[in-house]
Amino acid sequence: MQSSVGNPAAEKRGMNLTLRIWRQKDPTVKGKMVTYKVTDISPDMSFLEMLDVLNEQLILQGDDPVAFDHDCREGICGMCGVMINGEAHGPQQTTTCQLHMRSFKDGDSIDIEPWRASPFPVIKDLAVDRRAFDRIIQAGGYISVPTGTAPEAHSTPVPKKDSDAAFDAATCIGCGACVAACPNASSMLFTAAKVTHLGLLPQGQPERNDRVVNMVAQQDREGFGGCTNIGECSHACPKGISMETISRLNHDLLGALRAGARPKS
Amino acid sequence: MAKTNSVFKKVVMAVSGIIMVLFLIAHMIGNLHIFQGAESFNEYSHWLRRLGEPALPPRTLLTTIEIVLLVSVIAHIWAAVSLWRQAKRARPQAYVTKKSVAQSYASRTLRWGGVIIAGFIVYHILDLTFGVANVAGTEATPYDRTVASFQNPIATAVYVITLILLGMHLRHGIWSAMQTLGQSNRRRERTVNAFAIVFSTLLIAGYLVVPAAVVFGLVD
Repeated sequence: MQSSVGNPAAEKRGMNLTLRIWRQKDPTVKGKMVTYKVTDISPDMSFLEMLDVLNEQLILQGDDPVAFDHDCREGICGMCGVMINGEAHGPQQTTTCQLHMRSFKDGDSIDIEPWRASPFPVIKDLAVDRRAFDRIIQAGGYISVPTGTAPEAHSTPVPKKDSDAAFDAATCIGCGACVAACPNASSMLFTAAKVTHLGLLPQGQPERNDRVVNMVAQQDREGFGGCTNIGECSHACPKGISMETISRLNHDLLGALRAGARPKS
Repeated sequence: MAKTNSVFKKVVMAVSGIIMVLFLIAHMIGNLHIFQGAESFNEYSHWLRRLGEPALPPRTLLTTIEIVLLVSVIAHIWAAVSLWRQAKRARPQAYVTKKSVAQSYASRTLRWGGVIIAGFIVYHILDLTFGVANVAGTEATPYDRTVASFQNPIATAVYVITLILLGMHLRHGIWSAMQTLGQSNRRRERTVNAFAIVFSTLLIAGYLVVPAAVVFGLVD
């Protein structure tokens, strides 16, 4: 047979990588970086599949596998964020599950760390507790409408420009990369995406003022940092949420405070 | 409640910053009197003190401006320190490896640059307002003090370096203030940033021509 397929010697060898991974047994103990080697990694694997390979290896050796969050592995659930070589979700502007090993070279050393922010405590290794985001949503990231049969879409017209901008903001999957990348560990881009998404639509108007003051109050209460408009968040965001949303949040907040809206304590 | 809000602190930062920028514009234009000679420059200094007279008691307007500026500086520093501490609390454990992909040099140097600028303001007032830190001394005219400072290479270096830092501070500060006050959007983002760069560069250039003129002997 002339084809190289099936000829192990002629097949392209996979990558050999050195991984330095944050290992931390539970929230109460101190963690540290531990070095592992993985061999023969296919460039077509996703980053999480590469971690799966490592974990199988660790299990076979009787070691504790590395804990990391993941769910859909399609880039839409927002569970799988980790810091890869100092960048949230790694070198590409996508989620960790959609990052492929072809973004790395044979022999590379890769540092993998959890998101670091006091409102995102480490549960174990690379998995962090992001429920602070849920509480920000609970503070105002919703609209109060009766559920049931979907209403006739034409009964509430939305200008195309507004619906496009609202949709752009609505692509936020709440992964936390913005917080992770921010030098201040601020959750501003996340909150701003939600405020923009709902604030641009007619359905979001009745609660618009209360929403913004309560969501901002909640993010402060959770202990996130303040926004200094540096822009790391927007670059790290797998959905490319723009800095414009932050300006819109500030605009809405100032308007709401002028209109007398005050956060619930 | 609203007072502890991080966005409220940013608004305090933005508004106090804008007040100081307005002052910086006036101060820069005033400095240019030096090119009309010693008499014009010294007369300008006296005129500032007489501002509003005789309708108002001596030095009323200047003192008012000084108070507004002092309040602005204090408010600006309060907001900065408070946000700096909040950021420290928000990330007690630093990353082992962290890359910056979007952060400009201007925004990276904002906090420490601010500390240096604050220290510089104290030196600058002791040097040229009170004259106690000036080579020519407290008895010299404002013109002579200015020339004396810029004939000293160390003082000149301090002024030039801090002014460049101030320019970078304003480059990020103007953009950030527009964001904080909700005045930026996708369409305006480029304009706001371009304005921040051009304005800061022109303003600082306007300040730097004075030491440059002394160093190159155009003013002595």
